[in-house]
Amino acid sequence: MSNLYSNEPTGPLEDRWEKHLFNLSLIAPQNRKKHKVIVVGTGLAGASLCATLGEAGYQVSSFCFQDSPRRAHSIAAQGGINATKNYQNDGDSVWRLFYDTIKGGDFRARESNVYRLAELSGNIIDQAVAQGVPFAREYSGYLANRSFGGTQVSRTFYARGQTGQQLLLGAYQAHSRQLENEHVSHQSRAEMLELIMVEDKARGVVVRDLVSGEISAHTADCVILCTGGYSNAFYLSTNAKGCNTSATWRAYKQGAYFANPSFTQIHPTCVPPTGENQSKLTLMSESLRNDGRIWAPKNIEDCEKNPADIKEEDRDYFLERMYPAFANLVPRDVASRAVKHICDQGHGVGSKIHGQRLGVYLDFSAIIEKLGLEAVAEKYGNLFDMYSSITGEDPYQTPMKIYPAPHYTMGGLWVDYNLMTTIEGLFAGGEANFSDHGANRLGASALMQGLADGYFILPKTVANYLANSNLVDVDDTHPQVTQSLKTVKDRIHQLMNAPTPKHSPEYFHQKLGKVLWEACGMSREADRLNQAIGEIAELESQFWQNIKVTGVDQDLNQTLERAGRVADFIELGKLMCQDALMREESCGAHARVEYLSESGEAKRDDDDFSFVGAWEYKPEQPMLRKEQLNYEFIEPTVRNYK
Amino acid sequence: MNFTLHIWRQKNGDIKGDFVTYQIDNIDEDTSFLEMLDQLNEQLIAKDQDCIVFDYDCREGICGACSLVINGYPHGDKKATTTCQLYMRDYKHQTELWVEPWRAESFPVIKDLTVDRTSFDNIIQSGGYVSVHTGSAPEANALLVDKHSADEAFNSATCIGCGACVAVCPNASATLFVAAKITHLSLLPQGKIEEQDRAQKMFNQMEAEGFGSCSNHRYCERVCPKGISVSNITKMNQVLGWA
Repeated sequence: MSNLYSNEPTGPLEDRWEKHLFNLSLIAPQNRKKHKVIVVGTGLAGASLCATLGEAGYQVSSFCFQDSPRRAHSIAAQGGINATKNYQNDGDSVWRLFYDTIKGGDFRARESNVYRLAELSGNIIDQAVAQGVPFAREYSGYLANRSFGGTQVSRTFYARGQTGQQLLLGAYQAHSRQLENEHVSHQSRAEMLELIMVEDKARGVVVRDLVSGEISAHTADCVILCTGGYSNAFYLSTNAKGCNTSATWRAYKQGAYFANPSFTQIHPTCVPPTGENQSKLTLMSESLRNDGRIWAPKNIEDCEKNPADIKEEDRDYFLERMYPAFANLVPRDVASRAVKHICDQGHGVGSKIHGQRLGVYLDFSAIIEKLGLEAVAEKYGNLFDMYSSITGEDPYQTPMKIYPAPHYTMGGLWVDYNLMTTIEGLFAGGEANFSDHGANRLGASALMQGLADGYFILPKTVANYLANSNLVDVDDTHPQVTQSLKTVKDRIHQLMNAPTPKHSPEYFHQKLGKVLWEACGMSREADRLNQAIGEIAELESQFWQNIKVTGVDQDLNQTLERAGRVADFIELGKLMCQDALMREESCGAHARVEYLSESGEAKRDDDDFSFVGAWEYKPEQPMLRKEQLNYEFIEPTVRNYK
Repeated sequence: MNFTLHIWRQKNGDIKGDFVTYQIDNIDEDTSFLEMLDQLNEQLIAKDQDCIVFDYDCREGICGACSLVINGYPHGDKKATTTCQLYMRDYKHQTELWVEPWRAESFPVIKDLTVDRTSFDNIIQSGGYVSVHTGSAPEANALLVDKHSADEAFNSATCIGCGACVAVCPNASATLFVAAKITHLSLLPQGKIEEQDRAQKMFNQMEAEGFGSCSNHRYCERVCPKGISVSNITKMNQVLGWA
């Protein structure tokens, strides 16, 4: 097992990024148009990167699978974006956000990266406001803040419950502004299916036009993947239906290491599933936990009752009971496990699926009584409307029901301090990389990271790469390009022509989801993980034998799109289990049953597992590489939210 | 619940389409409209048939991808709702459903229920932004915005770009879409400076894309899933110097 080096600068933490920036090479304005970069994905990271590189004068080609770049899944983020402005004068600082993020990530993130993220957070808000992002404001005209998900300061900026939408539209507009420029181009309904490698460097992508089915190659000086996370490996998640791992998985199979694949976040406050044909789960913003109280019936016989008929003394406000200091605001993993635990004990509410009620109450009656309906509607109106349109119930009158669901993946492509993967010339930004959240992500930090990567970090580190790289000319006739095109076409042919076509992509995806949710979800243990690895291997061979795709490939064919994505999810699912099995400790969202304290807290093993687990693809078995994590500035402590 | 579905099938933009009738039974009332179509597609795969193509992504009413006309109403007849947020319990009394794509010349059908809305992106590209350079923004609180304006700007900014306003308009006009973006940016001091130039460019682009003009039918605000008001159009007319 060789070690991985992060290329992070040394010296005082607060000087590192500035020092690094000075050491990065620049490209003179007149030379920038000679360099071509490809950006895959147009969420917050991708759109902000395209806008910034386009404005700087580079040739930028972007692709997204959606019908418009404005629809990337960043749009669905509800709660907010953190920044260390300290407008509320409540003791916030760069150092405190850095500390909270490292601690929240349970000491499995790189100090230099996280500090940089905290440092850049303020500028993101400046940028967004200048673009016209309509953040919530106070009557004085100043920006409003709220406290969010387990923090003791109010550092979260928000635009009602649609912060992701407003930030994405800001980035989309900035990107659109560059598309008037002839050096910048974008193609929607285009999915990346292969990474083109020339002389061990990333030099382009193979893309399928989702409308015509045409396969084409696009070459460039470097490639940046901003293609999001892989929560959809679980089938049911809060991610948009189209979110997939295919771009990052293609990169992994070409030699980019995949880091911490088992670090997946389960969000505690989602609308519970109601039946077997459920296609996705909907998140209710975590901000609801600021004012809602979570409870379940103390007596199992009350679980079927109308909640209004359950007496106050028969309600178990279990988070307040178990964690008096943080109560309903404990971190996501702690809250999720507690909810699952309560439901596993038979205290769940709502409709029964496979004999179990999967839900607990999130009750707003106390805050409505205190502040009045109007004030609560002002704060949470759109979330309440959303809940009531999904469930047909009115949360102003009766408590919401919630249950945890996969929501975000901290794991992703391993990147160094420059956000470059282990493949030269291949970068990863936003949720697609593993970089800043360790074993668990704080609420309102995903938007911050995507935009920090896209607006401020990647534009500088990509330029540095371009300035220092010596690249051979590659055009569409290069043998590697021809080879990559052939690989993609062969794979599509295989998906369209299985030996005994029997089952749809959904069939396999649901099977995979069930295995992962049971074995690699909120709690994991060695036996179950070993079993799951076997089950997934079996599922994989069944898939290639029995996958059934109707229609033709030279057409808009959503069944074919899904089949390709599911094939990659199956392989990734196996790696997630292998990673969870390898990590014989609990940390953050990774809870190994064997390594939990009696009260259910994660028992970290810093002596043996204070490293990033990065997997290198090998045809037989993936190989584990380690990046040792050194805590120079923060002493790792035991997380305790009691 | 059982449904008779008449679904628009069209191989591509060059070939004429038609309704094809399907029967689907045993649908749970908590099933969403799109999940009902998912189940129908699973049945089509089992019968070796090509699936019905329709756009969707987030399935929580925010991405703007879904786009179906159901029994004559874009996003169905439920107010302030996207197609993905419709549940079959909303259709207890309508068990025969006609499902069509958005119909407008500027949204050509790609296949079945899927249309091409690139024209909306082109309109934003023509000027729907604030011309700020990345990295040169001033300190956020240096620019105060009164709460009322910020809230109003937000109301306009919630447009999800789905195109229901165009689909319902007898003139296939995109005025509500264009007006919402112009209003969002005009209400904020950041966007005020460029407002006239922006409005003119976006309006011209809308015409160049082949969208019709507004003649005050006001159907658009009734079908808008985000409840965007036609008062945005009044504001746009003011900015353009027409009112």
